[in-house]
Amino acid sequence: MPILFALFCGFVFGAGLVISGMTDTAKVLGFLDVLAIRTGTWDPTLAVVMAAALAVSIPGFALARRRGTPVLGGELRWPTRTDIDARLLAGAALFGAGWGLVGLCPGPAIANLATLSAPVLIFVAAMIAGMAAHDVWRRTRETAKPAAIAADG
Amino acid sequence: MAPFDPLSAAIGGALIGLAATMLMLVLGRIAGISGILGDLLAPAGGARAWRLAFLAGLIAAPLAIAASGAQLRAPAMPASLVVVVVAGLLVGFGTRLGSGCTSGHGICGIARLSPRSIAATGVFMLVAILVVAITRHAL
Repeated sequence: MPILFALFCGFVFGAGLVISGMTDTAKVLGFLDVLAIRTGTWDPTLAVVMAAALAVSIPGFALARRRGTPVLGGELRWPTRTDIDARLLAGAALFGAGWGLVGLCPGPAIANLATLSAPVLIFVAAMIAGMAAHDVWRRTRETAKPAAIAADG
Repeated sequence: MAPFDPLSAAIGGALIGLAATMLMLVLGRIAGISGILGDLLAPAGGARAWRLAFLAGLIAAPLAIAASGAQLRAPAMPASLVVVVVAGLLVGFGTRLGSGCTSGHGICGIARLSPRSIAATGVFMLVAILVVAITRHAL
């Protein structure tokens, strides 16, 4: 049941991306190109999509919080961190740079796998490689730390 | 590029917000795509089935819309594969380091009024705007 429901949620999310035009890199880049305001060719779509999504998810999340537990059991896994650290900001900056180069963020990139476009497949493969590279780097850093302390001591 | 269509943008956006709401309300999970994919791939990821199912749904949606008669068009991509690979690596590494992307920080995080997500969204939007300004207007 949870698996089927997750499939349904992914489907609704993907349908939202397609209907709103957010799987279209030209529309995403058309929004990010704010200098196009000067020529009247700026595309405000992404702002409307985000506003509409938030108009639903803000009351929706408030409802989930009031309810206290998920409908299918278990616990509500809200992220708990509140500190704004260097990793968060550096990660966001790197992500923004990649997003601005192509106009694909992870959701639309995966939804666009449906088109079997070769450049999209290559983008997703590189994205997965980037994720794996991060995880390996993070693990080696964290296991290297005690050794460094020992070397200094 | 398709002309600006505020109605489809609003309907599509509402569906995205609805999907994020349902995933939290029913399964208690955050609909952050980079987190769902990244944790699926991580060796200690755990709870893989629902993540895989969500991503399958994400890919099935455009196929179903295409089956209903609409055109399934591949998005415009840079001609240079080097740019495609570099951008993919940046998106993958960056979303992992920054713990989220447009969905996890931009929609779910802002909906929770999380200061981390508001800061992250501000940064990735600004950097993306800057990169587009450079590639489209300065080069």
